[in-house]
Amino acid sequence: MIPAPFDYEVAESVDHAIALLADREDSKVLAGGHSLLPLLRLRVTRPSVLVDVGRLDELSYVRDAGTSIAIGALTRHHDVATAPLLQEHNPFVSYVAGLVGDPQVRHRGTIGGSLAHGDPAADLPAVLLALDGEIDIAGAAGVRTVASADFFLGVFETAVGPQEIVTEVRVPKLTAEHGWSYLKFRRRSLDWATVGVAAFARRSNGDIGEPAIALVSMGATPLRARASEAAWASGQDPGPFADEGTDPPGDTNGSAEYRKHLVKVLVRRAAEEASRH
Amino acid sequence: MSAPAELEIAPTIGAPVARKEDKKLLQGQAQWVDNMEHPGMVFLGVVRSPYAHARIKNVNVDPALAHAGVVAAWSGADIADEWHASLPCAWIPTEDTNAPEHKPIAVDKARYVGDAVAVIAATSRGTAEDAVELVEVDYEELPCVVDAVAALSEDAPLVHDEFGTNRCYTWTLEAGEVDRLFAEAAVTVKERYRQNRLIPNAIEPRAVFVIPVPANGEFTLWSTTQVPHIARVTLSGVTGVPETKLRVIAPDVGGGFGSKLNVYAEEALALAIARRLGRAVKWTETRSEGYVSTIHGRDQIQEIELAATAEGKITAVRTRLTVGMGAYLQLVTPGIPLLGAWLYGGCYDVAGYSFECTGVFTNTVPTDAYRGAGRPEATYAIERAVDALAREIGKDPVEVRRLNFIREFPAPIASGLTIDSGDYDASLDLALEKVGYDDLRGEQRSRRAAGDSKRLGIGLSTYVEMCGLAPSAILGAIRYSAGGWEAATIRCLPAGTAQVLSGATPHGQGHETAWSQIVADRLGYEFDEVEVLHGDTAVIPLGMDTYGSRSLAVGGVALYHAADRIIEKARKIAAHILEVDETAVDYSRGVFHGPGASVTLKEVAFAAWTAHNLPEGLEPGLEATFVYDPPNFSWPSGAHVAIVEIDTETGAVELLRYIAVDDVGTVINPTIVEGQIHGGIAQGVAQALYEDAIYDDDGNLLTSNMLTYLVPSATEFPRWELYRTETPSPTNPLGVKGVGETGAIAAPAAVMNAVVDALSDDGITEITMPATPERIWRALEEVRP
Repeated sequence: MIPAPFDYEVAESVDHAIALLADREDSKVLAGGHSLLPLLRLRVTRPSVLVDVGRLDELSYVRDAGTSIAIGALTRHHDVATAPLLQEHNPFVSYVAGLVGDPQVRHRGTIGGSLAHGDPAADLPAVLLALDGEIDIAGAAGVRTVASADFFLGVFETAVGPQEIVTEVRVPKLTAEHGWSYLKFRRRSLDWATVGVAAFARRSNGDIGEPAIALVSMGATPLRARASEAAWASGQDPGPFADEGTDPPGDTNGSAEYRKHLVKVLVRRAAEEASRH
Repeated sequence: MSAPAELEIAPTIGAPVARKEDKKLLQGQAQWVDNMEHPGMVFLGVVRSPYAHARIKNVNVDPALAHAGVVAAWSGADIADEWHASLPCAWIPTEDTNAPEHKPIAVDKARYVGDAVAVIAATSRGTAEDAVELVEVDYEELPCVVDAVAALSEDAPLVHDEFGTNRCYTWTLEAGEVDRLFAEAAVTVKERYRQNRLIPNAIEPRAVFVIPVPANGEFTLWSTTQVPHIARVTLSGVTGVPETKLRVIAPDVGGGFGSKLNVYAEEALALAIARRLGRAVKWTETRSEGYVSTIHGRDQIQEIELAATAEGKITAVRTRLTVGMGAYLQLVTPGIPLLGAWLYGGCYDVAGYSFECTGVFTNTVPTDAYRGAGRPEATYAIERAVDALAREIGKDPVEVRRLNFIREFPAPIASGLTIDSGDYDASLDLALEKVGYDDLRGEQRSRRAAGDSKRLGIGLSTYVEMCGLAPSAILGAIRYSAGGWEAATIRCLPAGTAQVLSGATPHGQGHETAWSQIVADRLGYEFDEVEVLHGDTAVIPLGMDTYGSRSLAVGGVALYHAADRIIEKARKIAAHILEVDETAVDYSRGVFHGPGASVTLKEVAFAAWTAHNLPEGLEPGLEATFVYDPPNFSWPSGAHVAIVEIDTETGAVELLRYIAVDDVGTVINPTIVEGQIHGGIAQGVAQALYEDAIYDDDGNLLTSNMLTYLVPSATEFPRWELYRTETPSPTNPLGVKGVGETGAIAAPAAVMNAVVDALSDDGITEITMPATPERIWRALEEVRP
């Protein structure tokens, strides 16, 4: 439980962080540390240097950005969960941020870190995917914006390059027409989701428009459940289609077969809740 | 002589006094082994086998030795001449028990993932861990076996070749005409249960720290142990350091649950390496290291049969256990299932009793004591089987229990022991009243009628257990190699305070508080005037330590009797001071009353210290020791009720309510008692619903850290609803029985009976522990039309 030796650098600015990352090949960004430190301590990962971006206070904010809400990458889950702007304009994101880990995790962990880590069992990536959010990534060539659909590439693999950092996340402003639900099935309250379902739709006159369903822990990345979305849009129960195109892991919390069953139940329930909400 | 007629001290026995221990724990001033330092100290790092079974062909420590900061490194062969004996197993249950040699570092073969194969001494802990990775071990991987039943099959790989079998021992207990009773029974039920393997998870990981005095061969060893006295005698045996040269100290110890009722390889290693290097040595486990090096608990397959009349009166119980020992025998490994051997009849009046237990070696971490040790297993089997009987004959489980309760005490039971006291109806009545049993059954029926996908389950566990370990003669008869007594000393100091020396060694229970209450109550001291010392073999040479809910029922009673001895001597001095005959002196709570005058015990203590004017022939000083050997076990009992809701779509179980009525005899401190019951129930529920140490077929522990081994937290539990009934134990003058394990003993059966009760209308009669959502979903899939 003592990490292998590593160097440690403190970034004074975003540019400085990028320069530090460029200095060494096997560097890692340290933000809240709640995903990275356990991996370091188990010696699962052995970077030669940690670039600590934790003091870049300029990346911790929640701002009104017109049609969207912008969230600085270093904003802690707790602050996302309690930000008045989000509670007003996108309570979906703040609700789910309040379900991440436990209070200690939520006071250290950051939204940018959670996204960049690329864990398919994490909560916020699926919500971002369901909301078609955007992610700003800064690198030596400047800042680029990546759609959430293009961001998650594999297990612990995202569009963030080795010499880049996430700077901002944007989620749309919701209206009273929007319904949403996040169901997180787990054995203990502090566990990662065995299966999680983020469901989101615009409701009008009893119809469901623009339905979006994203799945947690059902494959190498958070996944959109397209078949279920189509069923939901056409007024059907989206549950039975929820395992289409999924490739869930099997582990001590549940076999792949069980997850494929569970996701059907949870998608049905999430859609029901989002339709009511 | 001008003393007041009465001391104004509130009675303390039975009062919810705040714990003395908590302030320093909460303010970070406790003394933990891992915080200790000494100039020149080295840190140990242990190289552990990644294979469950492998021949060790070569160990090359040279790359580690070349690493900066590494002081020394040894393979098992390099250090083998340090060992004068195997690591201790104190309970060899039968003459023909196969007991393997057990060296602190394996020499020829590694026999489980985590088995130590080399050790590093380095100048920092980080360096030690870095160097561990540099040791090159050439393994020849061998076939392994992790399942106890599979290990008994003909073609199973042998954990220890020399025995020609994986069977460790078979132990039997027979009473009454069991075969006839089964042949004549109108009804029989036969059940098979699995006791999941559990990881104890004390909040403080294990650590050991040794400071040598090389000039005269002396060692002080601090350990996170429940058993400093047992550690001293056994580590002396393992290393050849004479007992007189070895002082063992258990400072503040952060929990154990039985896992620290042991003597471990790393304690012997730290001692031997301190001797080799002449330097202080520390080792501290990491949590994930502890998962593969600290003992596990349970791991049984239980087959239980009941013979009963058509009405449900049980006539005989037959039990067959197959128990995974793991790869070696730790301190009490083979004896743990036998601590339940007398209890498979539960709190029921049973004529025929047959018990057989077979211990089996597997390529896994050794099992040993885990909270309840043998009694949770017994309680689980009989309480589940009684529910099965009730289903079989179509009666309510309450009714079947009432039909079978033991009602006359003391109660000799078929297995051969005698239950001291109890009132099982009183506990059950109170539990049913508090839970609202009839209303709940009504709600259960209406949910079923409405086709609700969320089923309600109600589970009972009416348990009796034996603790207060133990009458030494009985321990001898069952081949345990130590006594079951406990020692206590009281010193009345000259300036009005008292010092208690307790052989019972706490690791979180609150001995300092409870012992202070007993002394305050008996000798008239203020609670804060009593100091309790424990856990240091140089200060308290006599002790049998803490396990099996024994501290109060044995050590507390020793203290009670020591107080008697203080009063007896003080009365002589008081009579002398008061110039009356001893028979004219009455004693009550710290004051000796003569005709017309009185003297306090504190004044007597001062007089005994100055010794200016003592009765002729009486020794100065006021100090007494009592070593108490209990004449019987003590027998807590109670009725627990669990209410669960099962989501039949997902298989998820929610524990809605949990009601516990416990009879632990006289209560010294109700807050401590409730705390013990809280934690015990939590661990019992954890066994039923969450925790499971899972090995794959290659002997890898899949649940190798707290991410995958599911220790539940407070958020997983409802508020426990606790009540008590009280039948004092007639075995001891305090009337106490013990409370450390009751929750863990009662809860698994209550929860699992509730789970099965919820699903029984679907045709499900068994779910294997832990009742995971997937297990329940699969069981439902099987019965779905």
